Amino acid sequence: MRRLALRTIALGYLAIVLLGPLAMIFFKTFEHGFGAFWDAVTAHESIVAFKTTLLITAIAVPLNTIFGIVCGLAIVRRRFPGKGIVNAFIDLPLAVSPVVVGVSLFILYGRGGWFYGVFENHGIQILFALPAMVIATMFVSLPFVAREVIPTLREVGEEQEQAAHTLGASGWQTFWRITLPSIRWAVIYGVVLTTARCLGEYGAVAIVHGYKTTATLQVQDYYENFNQTGAYAVSLMLAVVAVIVLISMILIRPREVEAA
Amino acid sequence: MSISIQNISKRFGDFVALDDVSLEVPTGSLVALLGPSGSGKSTLLRIIAGLERPDAGSVHLADEDVTASSPQDRAIGFVFQHYAAFKHMTVFENVAFGLKVRHRPKAEIRARVHDLLDLVQLEGLANRYPSQLSGGQRQRMGLARALAVDPKVLLLDEPFGALDARVRKELRVWLRRLHDETHTTTVIVTHDQEEAMEVAETVAVMNRGRIEQTAGPVELYERPKNEFVMEFVGAVNRLGDTFVRPHDLEVTVEPNGSTREAMIVRVVQLGFEARLELVGENGEQLAAQLTRDQVEVMELAPGQIVYVRPTRQTTFTE
Repeated sequence: MRRLALRTIALGYLAIVLLGPLAMIFFKTFEHGFGAFWDAVTAHESIVAFKTTLLITAIAVPLNTIFGIVCGLAIVRRRFPGKGIVNAFIDLPLAVSPVVVGVSLFILYGRGGWFYGVFENHGIQILFALPAMVIATMFVSLPFVAREVIPTLREVGEEQEQAAHTLGASGWQTFWRITLPSIRWAVIYGVVLTTARCLGEYGAVAIVHGYKTTATLQVQDYYENFNQTGAYAVSLMLAVVAVIVLISMILIRPREVEAA
Repeated sequence: MSISIQNISKRFGDFVALDDVSLEVPTGSLVALLGPSGSGKSTLLRIIAGLERPDAGSVHLADEDVTASSPQDRAIGFVFQHYAAFKHMTVFENVAFGLKVRHRPKAEIRARVHDLLDLVQLEGLANRYPSQLSGGQRQRMGLARALAVDPKVLLLDEPFGALDARVRKELRVWLRRLHDETHTTTVIVTHDQEEAMEVAETVAVMNRGRIEQTAGPVELYERPKNEFVMEFVGAVNRLGDTFVRPHDLEVTVEPNGSTREAMIVRVVQLGFEARLELVGENGEQLAAQLTRDQVEVMELAPGQIVYVRPTRQTTFTE
């Protein structure tokens, strides 16, 4: 009886908070038929917005993956002063609101900011252009790979790497042949989470984007211009990508357990 | 290749792991580092391998000072207590690893790996993953992997410590035979005195970061340098200031001039051997080692009063 009540509460909560809104979007999107949806998705603005989102993701994910692995290795395998601080700071993007990130980029790269002269004088525009959007997205999606890799590196231990060294492997060979294969599922899992975060980023990018829009910004744009079908259609596309990401995570999980 | 360790010291924070340790391992010998946990034996081995850096002192392999060089430049083979198997590689790939990173030709690698798997009796398991092997098989794979690169020095860190007693004995005999065939200079770390005495020609007994005594098994047992070595290399009774091995404690049913009284607490029969646990006049715990026949002839049983006399005893002046 009690179990049933618990289950009802859990599922009810999920339905109200998660499934309800998603179902509404789905319903609203196809309110005027598939044709309207298709037109909205393939509209010029939508295509450009999707392309920008994909481009930003394609830059931010590899960079944060490399950073996450290097950072994880440094934190787990090396001793250096300030390690505790680095470890704590990795989580900062999870705690800080993305809007704050956007504002801070504004202060840094905007007129009178510390880095304004460095780039602007060389004709490189950071703010209100792709670079700032990439930086903002990188910031908010920074922790995911490192957070997945760190516990796995600890669990795997150092012995296999030491064995490789005694067998004559260089540091580089050890990394590619031993370390990376033994943390590969954590890396993939982290990449999936990072990708999801990059695709969905809104707050920080909203402040620094200028004339370029991403998929999430396009949703807002459509909505504000009373193009509701457009807003719903792009939202649905984002939701579909998120669901694909979720499913791929579920597919990865059992393999991760098997590997351990 | 000989190993020469000179005045090595190593601390971990406040803990002194090694305190001015020196040791010579001649070419082709098999030396055991024997000691309780925390005595520094594993740290010393890892320093020889280059997996730890000493705070002071030097390590020479042959005549070359390798104190500052990394493990991959030392031509060593290292066997880990917990195998350190490459979990994502098959047995074949594990053993081939050292050859692969040296970019040896494929045909040569295949031939060498199969020879080694033959040597460690794992021929049929080349395509298995480490998780599909027993502990003993994993450690044999670890040995084959270390031997694949033709190490000039073989270093084994409690290699049989995680295995059950029977497998341990088998591998011990196997290791000794292997050494007799290859004469690779070998250092084995163990906390098991029986293992050290059975396998090694020379045993260095370690305690609290220092080597207490380095000697052959017989000398170590017969002429221990101090109390620690005496107590560590075999069971021992303490009678006041003197030490008596259980097999040097004579047990009789009748007293004579030099005997002292003791009561039998327990009789343990171990095949041919029998062990008596006794309590002496002053409440001291004693152990005596007899043959089963002796126990039967004297009809020894718990609760019985007997008379004991050391036939051989050791005293240390310190």
